Amino acid sequence: MPGNFIATRFNYMLGWARKFSLFHYPYITACCGMEYMSAACAHFDIDRFGAGWTRFTPRQADMILVVGTVTQKLAPVLKTVYDQMTEPKWVIAVGACAVSGGIYDNYAVLQGIDQIIPVDIFVPGCPPRPEMILDGLLKLQQKIQKQEQDWRWKKKTS
Amino acid sequence: MEEKDLLTGLRTALADRVLGAASPFGDDTLVIRPAALREVMDVLRAGPYDFTMLLDLTVVDFPDRAERFEVVYHLLSISRNRRIRVKLSVGEANPAVASLTPVWKNADWLEREAYDMFGVTFDGHPYLRRLFMYDGFEGHPLRKDYGLRHRQPRLPLRKA
Repeated sequence: MPGNFIATRFNYMLGWARKFSLFHYPYITACCGMEYMSAACAHFDIDRFGAGWTRFTPRQADMILVVGTVTQKLAPVLKTVYDQMTEPKWVIAVGACAVSGGIYDNYAVLQGIDQIIPVDIFVPGCPPRPEMILDGLLKLQQKIQKQEQDWRWKKKTS
Repeated sequence: MEEKDLLTGLRTALADRVLGAASPFGDDTLVIRPAALREVMDVLRAGPYDFTMLLDLTVVDFPDRAERFEVVYHLLSISRNRRIRVKLSVGEANPAVASLTPVWKNADWLEREAYDMFGVTFDGHPYLRRLFMYDGFEGHPLRKDYGLRHRQPRLPLRKA
């Protein structure tokens, strides 16, 4: 029983540490990027929530923010970027286009990035306000806190 | 040459190469024979007309017409501050018109776009290849008979 208690506490602490130290990779393709810029800069200040480090390589990032329209032509690029990220990794889809294709229900646009990569948080809006992006981040932090954390020397059950 | 008589003068100069001329909403429009495209454009580009800029090149698809594709050119003369629209129609069986890359360099990408979206081919184009859509894309998406929700994903999708 004490062993379980320690494991649970450790899981909680790991979640706490991870949710407040998200290095994010901004995958920005369209106008929602303006809202992301305000969210990231001093006015709305995403750094208040521990996600201030913007990494411009997916290999150093924990979280990818897919902001804007992703076309069929671009889909393999997004998939590659996602595959390059190291575990653990999370995805936030920001804006109507990334969530569902938005107004672009046509031959060129992917109807939501969840068709190619798993998405943790959907932030709708055209474009979403910076507050909504921050709210999405807070929701992701709650989700990370509740997750079963994976770590290097974790005892594998299966 | 009188500025007002641009279309009248062109009709005289180009004779039977012109099928019609009108100024809907004040925009001078010339409808020409497809085979005479290069000659007409050479006349417009040079001499007193001096249409030095090709502003736009696009195609309109009229599925009900026998000559289905209407190729539309918009020209601007900077020295004379005049604009003109030139139109011609080609059928689906052989949708080929002459390339204008020797006349205006920017016709290169405009013609590639028109080819990509509508399947109109341009004879004499240096490198006629899709501009927007990816390799392996089949069909021409702005044709009216291209399915509204027809998708050609490059990756297997996670769900339908």
